[in-house]
Amino acid sequence: MNPEFSYLSEVSAEKGNLIKGLQLIQEREGYVSDDGIKAAAAHFSLADAEVEGVLTFYAQFKRNKPGKYQISTCDGTACHIKGAPLIQEWLTTALGIKSGETTEDGLFSIETVACLGCCSLAPVMAINGRVYGKLDRKALLKIINEYKKQG
Amino acid sequence: MSEIKRIKVGTASCGLAAGAGAVLENFKRLAGDIPVAEVGCIGHCYCEPIVELELKDGTNIFYSSVKADDASVQAILALTENGRFTIPAERAAIEKLYVTRLAGRIDPKDIEEYKANGGFESLKKATAVTPAEVVEWVKKSGLRGRGGAGFSTGMKWSFLAAKTAEEKILICNADEGDPGAFMDRSMMESVPFQVLEGMLIGAYATGATKLFIYCRAEYPLAIKHLQIGIDAICKAGLNLLPGREKPLDIMIKEGAGAFVCGEETAMIASLEGQRGQPRFRPPFPTDKGWNGYPTAINNVETYANIPVVIADPDAFAALGTEKSTGTKIFALAGDLKNPGLAEVPMGVTLGDIVYKIGGAAPGSVKAVQTGGPSGGCIPADKFDVKMDYDSLKELGAIIGSGGLIVIGNDRCMVETARYFLDFTHRESCGKCTFCRVGTMRMFETLERIVAGKGQESDIDFLEDLGNKIKKGSLCALGQTAPGPALSTIRYFRHEYEAHVRDGYCPVNQCNALSDVALDPAKCVKCKLCIKNCPVGAISDDFKIDNSKCTRCNTCIDTCAKKAIARVKKGTGYDSTPGK
Repeated sequence: MNPEFSYLSEVSAEKGNLIKGLQLIQEREGYVSDDGIKAAAAHFSLADAEVEGVLTFYAQFKRNKPGKYQISTCDGTACHIKGAPLIQEWLTTALGIKSGETTEDGLFSIETVACLGCCSLAPVMAINGRVYGKLDRKALLKIINEYKKQG
Repeated sequence: MSEIKRIKVGTASCGLAAGAGAVLENFKRLAGDIPVAEVGCIGHCYCEPIVELELKDGTNIFYSSVKADDASVQAILALTENGRFTIPAERAAIEKLYVTRLAGRIDPKDIEEYKANGGFESLKKATAVTPAEVVEWVKKSGLRGRGGAGFSTGMKWSFLAAKTAEEKILICNADEGDPGAFMDRSMMESVPFQVLEGMLIGAYATGATKLFIYCRAEYPLAIKHLQIGIDAICKAGLNLLPGREKPLDIMIKEGAGAFVCGEETAMIASLEGQRGQPRFRPPFPTDKGWNGYPTAINNVETYANIPVVIADPDAFAALGTEKSTGTKIFALAGDLKNPGLAEVPMGVTLGDIVYKIGGAAPGSVKAVQTGGPSGGCIPADKFDVKMDYDSLKELGAIIGSGGLIVIGNDRCMVETARYFLDFTHRESCGKCTFCRVGTMRMFETLERIVAGKGQESDIDFLEDLGNKIKKGSLCALGQTAPGPALSTIRYFRHEYEAHVRDGYCPVNQCNALSDVALDPAKCVKCKLCIKNCPVGAISDDFKIDNSKCTRCNTCIDTCAKKAIARVKKGTGYDSTPGK
């Protein structure tokens, strides 16, 4: 197996742990590359196609390298009616990328998620897991600019 | 000397998002010798961050919307009268806290504090009798699954208990995928031991040997608290049930973002490391489940109910209505003043929840969506409906997991239906043709309507196809996916007709069917709108170019004089001020 992925041995090789294994790869690498799929297939004694078949079923897994700051905009019901589509539009205007894309400098990527479970603070987004609630355009741009400044 | 015995800061996900992290740090820094504890959520999410002071005389004081600066923290330490929070009397009269009694009141990571508040007493009581008696208690209590389907928990347990197998599996469904529902997250974060106690009692009653908690990966704090809980339970030896030789195997499995995995056979497939596609039943999971072993699945809230049920099954059965016993935790969100969680007896009216607990202004609400994307909408004139499994079914909605999205008067119902179909068509696993293709076609039709390109025949088409999808789908996802469209057509047909026949959106929400206009009579020429418009659609003489405008609402939100508004397409004020 590719030594880069030797940490997979932390997960026992039963098939029931495949998703856990893929989650581990994504946690370490930020996404699951072709090499990651090959490594998981070798570890769990499955065909590459079988691993990819499972992987593509679940929305959590990313096949593209995400930005340094991963923005998850929530488009759950509460956020949607509180203006989540506008949040996405403002982000696209500010960063020049759409959901599922990464900025050229590799700093930001946007993904749309179903629900972050903070419905009472709608509309919300999370950047690298930190949740920002009750967003309006001004607050949103301020947050983005702060991250830009940090670089 | 301070009168404060202990300080509790609510640091569940919603508290943290509101800034409880900084509040906690500053209390720790400034409180001197007074212990500062992190607690979960009391359900009043609208006034996070919340701080509770336990006083030495046994009383307590809540503070809401606490700020983290030194002055605010010191004021609270000096027991200021400002910012104190009491539960509104109108709400307190309806709410009955049984299942959420300890949520947000105790340290979720401390097994001793849970024990000191009556924790594991029900487990003790249950394991003192035979497993069959425990199943009887649960049956007698009338408890029905809180995940949505409303099947009798006692019955389900009796099926699993009747099986003999080398391994028997009990799963906790913590894959709370319904957008708008967050009671399971709150329970796992705030009272993980209560959920785990329910599972231990379940394992005893059914003879289960292996326990899984299938939790969505989007809930890191819930997973963390459950893991701490499992470790503490194992350390205390509570996982070795009386009469057993082997301790129970308790594991958390993280879901990977697939709504359909809330369906039990899909969840089992996912736990086996496969694509989470539902399969035909029978065989039911209690016959053939995880890796072929008999398996039963209950929802987080159901397990959290179990200790309450066991404590007094008859009292539980007396709560609520005849066929829907006990309480239900509802998650309130959307267009209302007080979003959050509320535990009420089954059978309370929707209006009481929306107005008296949620604080929605009378007349401001058009409808409530119950049961998330699988549910349906209930129009405001039917708010006297009793919230129980059967009454809601009659209205074409479901109680579901208990998410209530309040839809204000200024929201478009067609757009709301489009949103839900957007969700379900993407979450369809693809196994059944009607669900896979049909939800896609419904979504496309609704997209067309909100884009102003609908036809009158589209409404009948949606109804016809929706009913076929319901019949032609294997699992609950497909069977309920058309619900939001069908119920909005049923109660708000006139809004659909306005879009497709008359070419306008009655609330001017749909971008393609509305313009933005400036009312010169109200404008004071402050130029804030011009400065803030991200696309330069407002000219120096205050004319809005609707072909440039992206309908982002920035100018509407910026204008202090409320001179800018969305209007019916092609109409509106003359955009030149001062004439």
